[in-house]
Amino acid sequence: MSTSPIKKKRSFRRLFLELFGIGLLLLFFFPFLIVIINSAKSATEIISTPLSFPTDWSNLLRNITEILGRNNIDYFSSFFNSIFITSVSLITIGVFSAMAAWVLVRTKTKYSMFIFLFFLAGMVIPFQVVMLPLVRLLETLRSLTGIQFKDTYHGVILAYIGFGAPLSVFLFHGFIKSIPLDIEEAAIIDGCTKPQVFFKIVLPVLKPVFVTLLVLNGMWIWNDYLLPVLVIGLGGSVKTLPLSVANLAGFYDKEWGLILTSVLMAALPVLILFLFAQKHIIKGMTSGAIK
Amino acid sequence: MIEKILRRLILVIVTIFVILILPFHSLVRWFKRKSRDNAPIVSDQSKKGFITRYIDDFWLGNSGRAQNNRVFVFFLLPSLGAFLLFVIYPFVHGLFLSLTNWTGLNTGNESFIGFENYRIIFSDVRFIFSFAQTILYSLMNILAINVVAFLLALLVTQKLRLENIYRAGFFMPNLIGGLVLGYIWQFVFNRALVSLGGVFANSWLASGSTALFGLIVVVTWQYAGYIMMIYIAAIQNIPLDLVEASKIDGATAIQRLKLITLPMIAQAFTVAMFLTLVTSFKQFDTVMSLTQGGPATTLPTWIGAFYGLADMPVVQSTNLIAINIYQEAFSRYQMGVGQAKAIVFFGFLLVVSLLQVYYNKRREIEL
Repeated sequence: MSTSPIKKKRSFRRLFLELFGIGLLLLFFFPFLIVIINSAKSATEIISTPLSFPTDWSNLLRNITEILGRNNIDYFSSFFNSIFITSVSLITIGVFSAMAAWVLVRTKTKYSMFIFLFFLAGMVIPFQVVMLPLVRLLETLRSLTGIQFKDTYHGVILAYIGFGAPLSVFLFHGFIKSIPLDIEEAAIIDGCTKPQVFFKIVLPVLKPVFVTLLVLNGMWIWNDYLLPVLVIGLGGSVKTLPLSVANLAGFYDKEWGLILTSVLMAALPVLILFLFAQKHIIKGMTSGAIK
Repeated sequence: MIEKILRRLILVIVTIFVILILPFHSLVRWFKRKSRDNAPIVSDQSKKGFITRYIDDFWLGNSGRAQNNRVFVFFLLPSLGAFLLFVIYPFVHGLFLSLTNWTGLNTGNESFIGFENYRIIFSDVRFIFSFAQTILYSLMNILAINVVAFLLALLVTQKLRLENIYRAGFFMPNLIGGLVLGYIWQFVFNRALVSLGGVFANSWLASGSTALFGLIVVVTWQYAGYIMMIYIAAIQNIPLDLVEASKIDGATAIQRLKLITLPMIAQAFTVAMFLTLVTSFKQFDTVMSLTQGGPATTLPTWIGAFYGLADMPVVQSTNLIAINIYQEAFSRYQMGVGQAKAIVFFGFLLVVSLLQVYYNKRREIEL
């Protein structure tokens, strides 16, 4: 009986913290809740009672079909564009940066050190400084080569490879330094050429960094607005999801039922992905930051 | 419809081909050919001139050095090329363009006007206000995010039953892009909270004096969960015996927090400060969809007094610097002026973030 007051005090404290946590969680979810309940309302209902639960949940379905039908959001096609641009960018950024980082680590000359520092310097350049000349560059490239770079997949993806390179090269560089050289030498003795050494031996070892980068770059590219709005444009033919939402919101000013439904439809895929890959996503985001 | 899908499909195939297959294919072929004719090196070296021999030695031949050089260049080319073309070249070009009267029309006819653009922006009270507002916003934002994130991290590391759910829940807003969040919160502030009344009776976003706080609430909500994760990782790295020892010595929870937790997470604090600093300064998407830079307010008198203005002009209260640059370039088509603003912004951000890291690193050692 002698320990019971302390135990009681501790369990009371724990209960209090638990309740406090739940309260905070509800507070954090409040905006999401608002979006969900208001996506299922008609326009008049939103204005009169924005906080109460909808009277008729079937409105949600009506709003969704309405969104799918509108051709200024073009949901399916922008969803596809987002997926395509994000996944191709992720793979190319990952592979190309790993290749670059590998040769930079394994070639010990002053050039490789210099090039690595050059990449690092790129990390401090904010996008705002580059964006105006970039738009101009894309136009110049078109008039030089005849290939359209604005409002195309390859234009956006190439830009992402350039902007994603510094951080990715930096993370790979740090990791490759810790891989023992012996494995690579053994592979060369067994008759691998240098590219084979990289693709067959080194690349599989890099998997943890690859996952981190998939998360970090994936979150950035999927949600990015500024680069697509400059390279693709709000009225572009390969619009990504953020662009479509902005386009819709600009077009139907204050038509909240539609805007909130489109917001819900844009956010849902990522949230669902998060539920399944929670551990990887959280680990990727934090380990990327700490390095 | 079918035609549209077909056209999209062709575009996709061409893109994959150009970006992925072509470089790899040519790479693989190049190396295959080189290793196939690994045949004995014919010694007609003497017949070649100096330059040919040099190229053979360093680049085209079968010697180990030439092979290494080839790998070096080919492996570096894709990412270094894209980086040089899309980041470094525009950056350097931008330095020059900020000294010209460049407008949106890319005729190439702009002329060199020296530091005129810089003179314009520093005599423009709207830009100075936007700069001051960005600094004010960043300071408050950094404080708000870090305090909230640290408290959340402390809460979540108390070995609570629903710990993992809290973690995931607090982190969730961070998954959604700033643009989409802006629309969500615009509705929350302008419709939902207004109907609650009280302090929210007048929408925070509608008045110049509160809009900035509204923005801080949104960004803190979005970002605190992410910074929390960084603090959690640091808190969990604190050696347990240190905590146990202090408990045995009779340290109170507050003493433990001050003397053990805070010093032990100093490194995470540097990282979190840096991340919040940079994101606060670069804030764009969220502001764009939340307030579009508005609402209007009058210029604070201290800026006006500095410029000797009698009556204060109207300025936009959440016109943060990234928004200001964007609007200068794409609403007013003063690209040269916009670029000059961007470069001033870059210089300032660089100095502040370096100072921050330097100062915090020094403190880390002291602790």
